[in-house]
Amino acid sequence: MTTARAPIPIMPAADGRRRFLKLMAASAALAGAGCSGPPAEQILPYVRMPESLVPGQPLFYASSFVRRGLAHGVLVESNMGRPTKVEGNPDHPASRGATDVFAQASVLQLWDPDRSQAVQRGDQPASWAAFELALNERRAGFDKDGGAGLRILTGDVSSPTLAAQLAALLRKYPAARWHSYDPLHDDGAASAAEIAFGQPLDTLYRIERAAVVLTLDADLFGDWPGAIGHARDFTAGRRLGANPSAKRLYAMEASAALTGAFADNRLARAPREIERALWRIAARLGAAPEAGVAPDLAGARWEAAVAKALAASRGHAVVAAGPSLHPATRALVHRLNATLGNIGSTVLHIAPVSVAPPQHAQSVAQLAHAMHAGAVDTLLILDANPVYTAPADLEFAQAMRCVALSAHLGLYRDETARSAGWHLPLAHCYEQWSDARAHDGTAGIVQPLIAPLYGARSAHEVLAIVLGDAQRNGHALVRGTWREVRGAGFEQFWQDALRRGVIDGSASQALAVRPAARIDPPRQDEHGIRVVFCADPAVDGGEFANNAWLQELPRPLSQLTWDNAALLGPATAARLGVASGDVVQVRLAGRALAAPVCVLPAQAEDTLTLPLGYGRSAAGSVGDGVGFNAYRLRTLAALGGAAMAEISKTGAVHALALRQREADMHGRAIVRVADAGRFRRQPDFAHALERERVPEQSLYPPVAYQEYKWGMAIDLNACIGCAACTIACQAENNIPVVGKDEVMRGRAMHWIRVDRYHSEGRTLFQPVPCMHCENAPCEQVCPVGATVHDSEGLNVQVYNRCIGTRFCSNNCPYKVRRFNFLQYSNTTLAQLKALQNPEVTVRRRGVMEKCTYCLQRISRARIEAEKLERRILDGELVTACQAVCPTQAIVFGDLNDPSSAVRRAKAAALDYTLLPELNTHPRTTYAARVVNPDPELE
Amino acid sequence: MSVELPSSEPPLSKDVGVLRAGWGYASVSDKIAGIVLAGGFGWRWWAAFLFTFAGVLVFFGAMAWLFVRGVGIWGVNVPVAWGFAIANFVWWIGIGHAGTFISAVLLLLRQRWRTSINRFAEAMTLFAAAIAGIFPILHLGRPWFFYWLVPYPNVMNLWPQWRSPLVWDFFAIATYLLVSLLFWYVGLIPDLATLRDRAGHQRRRARQVVYGLLALGWRGEARHWARYETAYLLLAGLATPLVVSVHTIVSLDFAIGNTPGYHSTIFPPYFVAGALFSGFAMVLTLAIPLRHFFGLHAFITERHLANAAKVLLATCWLVGYGYAAEIFTAFYSGDQFERYMTVNRWIGPYAPVYWSMIACNLLAPQLLWWRRVRHSVPMLFMLSLVINIGMWMERFLIVVSSLHRDFLPSAWGMFYPSVWDWAQLLGSVALFVWLFLLFVRYLPAISIAEMRELVRESAQGKP
Repeated sequence: MTTARAPIPIMPAADGRRRFLKLMAASAALAGAGCSGPPAEQILPYVRMPESLVPGQPLFYASSFVRRGLAHGVLVESNMGRPTKVEGNPDHPASRGATDVFAQASVLQLWDPDRSQAVQRGDQPASWAAFELALNERRAGFDKDGGAGLRILTGDVSSPTLAAQLAALLRKYPAARWHSYDPLHDDGAASAAEIAFGQPLDTLYRIERAAVVLTLDADLFGDWPGAIGHARDFTAGRRLGANPSAKRLYAMEASAALTGAFADNRLARAPREIERALWRIAARLGAAPEAGVAPDLAGARWEAAVAKALAASRGHAVVAAGPSLHPATRALVHRLNATLGNIGSTVLHIAPVSVAPPQHAQSVAQLAHAMHAGAVDTLLILDANPVYTAPADLEFAQAMRCVALSAHLGLYRDETARSAGWHLPLAHCYEQWSDARAHDGTAGIVQPLIAPLYGARSAHEVLAIVLGDAQRNGHALVRGTWREVRGAGFEQFWQDALRRGVIDGSASQALAVRPAARIDPPRQDEHGIRVVFCADPAVDGGEFANNAWLQELPRPLSQLTWDNAALLGPATAARLGVASGDVVQVRLAGRALAAPVCVLPAQAEDTLTLPLGYGRSAAGSVGDGVGFNAYRLRTLAALGGAAMAEISKTGAVHALALRQREADMHGRAIVRVADAGRFRRQPDFAHALERERVPEQSLYPPVAYQEYKWGMAIDLNACIGCAACTIACQAENNIPVVGKDEVMRGRAMHWIRVDRYHSEGRTLFQPVPCMHCENAPCEQVCPVGATVHDSEGLNVQVYNRCIGTRFCSNNCPYKVRRFNFLQYSNTTLAQLKALQNPEVTVRRRGVMEKCTYCLQRISRARIEAEKLERRILDGELVTACQAVCPTQAIVFGDLNDPSSAVRRAKAAALDYTLLPELNTHPRTTYAARVVNPDPELE
Repeated sequence: MSVELPSSEPPLSKDVGVLRAGWGYASVSDKIAGIVLAGGFGWRWWAAFLFTFAGVLVFFGAMAWLFVRGVGIWGVNVPVAWGFAIANFVWWIGIGHAGTFISAVLLLLRQRWRTSINRFAEAMTLFAAAIAGIFPILHLGRPWFFYWLVPYPNVMNLWPQWRSPLVWDFFAIATYLLVSLLFWYVGLIPDLATLRDRAGHQRRRARQVVYGLLALGWRGEARHWARYETAYLLLAGLATPLVVSVHTIVSLDFAIGNTPGYHSTIFPPYFVAGALFSGFAMVLTLAIPLRHFFGLHAFITERHLANAAKVLLATCWLVGYGYAAEIFTAFYSGDQFERYMTVNRWIGPYAPVYWSMIACNLLAPQLLWWRRVRHSVPMLFMLSLVINIGMWMERFLIVVSSLHRDFLPSAWGMFYPSVWDWAQLLGSVALFVWLFLLFVRYLPAISIAEMRELVRESAQGKP
């Protein structure tokens, strides 16, 4: 660990005092911008490494990444005090060793040069002391009227420390109010629980115990608390075709989502159709009154089949409904789960993990009304951006002007910061002490990896100021909370909690609850095109809009980068006469918005999905002005979506930067799929799709790989297409971001891409890294020998030797090579330099690059093994993409080791080679996908 | 050589089709050397010179910007990692073929009609090959390391990777350029001596010195002539296989690759035929204005133009055979990637280029079956331009349309040229014309010595 570097002493030149002062100012700025070292308090490295995770020279600290109030357990890699990479925490229920794209990109957020770097009063730089002074002036007033004009607005909160602080604040100032608003909070889930159980409850799904899963516009594998666990548990039995028919996933979806893409049977329907279908299915199963018949034959067959499957798996089924459905319908889902005997078995209910007011819309509306009415004189916004995200009809920006003292604590000087009187820089998750709970209630400590880069503070520290607490140190505050919980043996507990990243036994206990016997159907008379708002798969609700990794991440289903688009189904688009790229005007309840259309075959008809999080005006240099702001249509009444949108073509065209434009496989055996029945009859169906080939002849003797022989197997039965591998690889291998124009030219740099195909009504995903061909076409054509084979069979790229003829890329049938057409890597900004993985070369313009199978990790593992005078053991070495994969679809290892997992994977009947007719002998192979569709729906 | 009685009078030519009647040694020399030495090129030459010079500045400006920013200023990408630069390279090297073919192959075949067109055709070859040689270097990601293709001894013990056709290509082009330059220069020596002497008569000292140095002390002795003839013939023999080898090896840059549309055994003959086709088209493009503006109708006759037109017609069919063979192989092989590539050329995004190419390279030249067309100078000029453009489109199609949709549809893409791509292409055309303008200004565009020989031969009534 390094300490802060002292500025290099610069002797003032002969031209005197002014220059001396300038130099002093410059060196002080340098000292501030540089590495600021570890926090002063003791932080502890993660010592008990789980099997199959590699401790290298860098240190790993267990912490939590908090998104939408929920903790995601992570191990953050720290190189000389610089957090550079995030891995999942295997002990954490939300992570289980994997992460989603957001946690992967969180290190870039930490090092984002656009982060807020100073306290601001209006447009002027100010200080924390000045803020405290301003606050203290109000304190007499609070004491007098019990804080009647004091309001706190937070996002969703699961932190016990923050909850305790807010509770203390409300005790001290009883008239003060705490409001919560997260634009993507699922208010409907809370309402549904209220209807069904009379109290707000969180629902957990035990997918591992389920035989049949029915999702109703619920993206259990994607945008859902605990998504990683759901995907892991669902795919567990399907690996390598072990037991493909053990589980079956039915999905009814309005918007194209990961869950539906992976489903065995998927039906795209508008939300109202899904609701009607659910009422009819429930009626068949005796959970609801008779509700008529499906209007179309396909729907009727589907409903019958689903009802039959659910009935056959009583106690082993899961029915889940998503936020686009009416709370009453979602309450019916609780009823249905109870009728089927799933509650207590596959569906559990726990007390809400969040401690914030559960109805966010109502809460923020109350706040806005009070502000407009002048009843708020002090407003503290903790890590929320309501000016951008609040329902459009609340006119939050205007409301801000009615508040005498408004202060915003945030990572960025965002829209809210700009209309607040004060802006306070928030410490990043990896810079602060805190605590948070996972979706199942498991608590964990958030420990900092680095002292705040810009003198930022955590919400706890700011609340301590408001409370007038003597103790203002975040570390002490968090310890204080847990000392109260634990009492005796606290020090040991604390050390354990820091080391493991989770607090044992803190998960919430399932409650024995019974839903109401009778749920009344919602009134349904909507028609027309329904608008559904959803989180963008890459920038979420907008908080990641300035994260270039995420902006450039192809959204799994649309392959769109650097934009959001109004998603429409093909028939609806044809009816409206629009195609992808056409800009339409969407009118909803008097509000209008121009948005480019992206037509997706998986999108339900009569449903317009508008991803949120774009059209930011104060996100930072990356996110400003990208995409359209769907919040402008999202009024209080339309939070969960609204019907009767009018869509008209404007005639304008917007260029969409799609990573992949062709979704048809053109009859080529690229992603090989069969249903479980065919797989039983013909276990090697994957090879039956291949052309008969002439036996291969070679003039050269075969190469013997004596030592290690690296290989990778990617199981398409497990891959859900989430693209976490793409971001993990980007973080690990210093892969630059190229920007929208360059993506449109076809120059995205990702070393592992997730291809998406549409075939026979299915969306198929296929991660494609370098194949590391034994007979590599790229090597034969390089005139300078810049790409060569090593003794372990890796196809390595020698950046120093590359002159950039690009012949290798032309000759690569898999097109996995990436070229630095321009100087893409930013080698000037201090923060971005600090982010780089020190073990990987930062490439210059004019050289080719590609997946190396994480060569640096192989080297690290080799060094460790050689120190112990043994070979690298299987599982000791994982590539970045393998480590991050939520479903462990990627297996990497030594093909010379007869017991290695990768060798087992390659021995499976499903294992096949991509483009085998080219005789390239790839080291990366795939396991063909076996799906388990309902035979009744064939 | 048959023994003849020395005649006191210098011979006068008879009309033999490739030379009009009434020309003697002196008048031929006066006419051709006069173009160089008379001076006063007139506003047309200057206008053309300045216009193309502006283009040359564009070319080098684009090159400078390319070095500053990188090849990303072009439209190349992944999958289409090769774009205009490679298409231009193949096009120019193809154009560079006709000169050597005319000089060397037709010399060995004793075709008399080569005499008055070989000089400028060789200059064309040289300029075209030199321009062609620039493009692969510009095309590199790190052009300053182009010399790593050369097997030079170094402390790292690094050698080029000999399996790569790009290394072969490097040698093929370097050899071709060198031999073409030698061939052209050796052929120029007697004429340079003529210019030296004439500049001396006109008391133009500077020119006399320069031409004199370049003439290497040529005095027109019989011994000089004997050695000159031998050397020239030997060089012709050396250059002849190069005519075939260069484009064969250029074609291997593609044929060795596994990309559908590249990976084809027809490529070497197909490329050579295409090269001759485009080269002869360029010869016509240059010959027609040359004879028009400098009044060379007596030396570059309609017979020359018609003969070139016949070569065009023949090579057009060879090229057409290449197209047909590619299509046949794609379907006969049954390979789905080859089949798709072929159909994609017909109906894919680059189909307009394909059909324009067919119109330019296969349909338009069929007009040459008519004698009237072969003897119509404007028609020939138009056709030569059309074929030049068509052949460029062929190069573009081979390079781009093969790459843009290969094996995995997920990796398919499009190539759209950027303004810098066009600047480099049009700039290279300007550079070529500019160099040619300088050539006609300072060197005899038609071989004086060989024309004098032709005068004698025609006077003697040799066939």
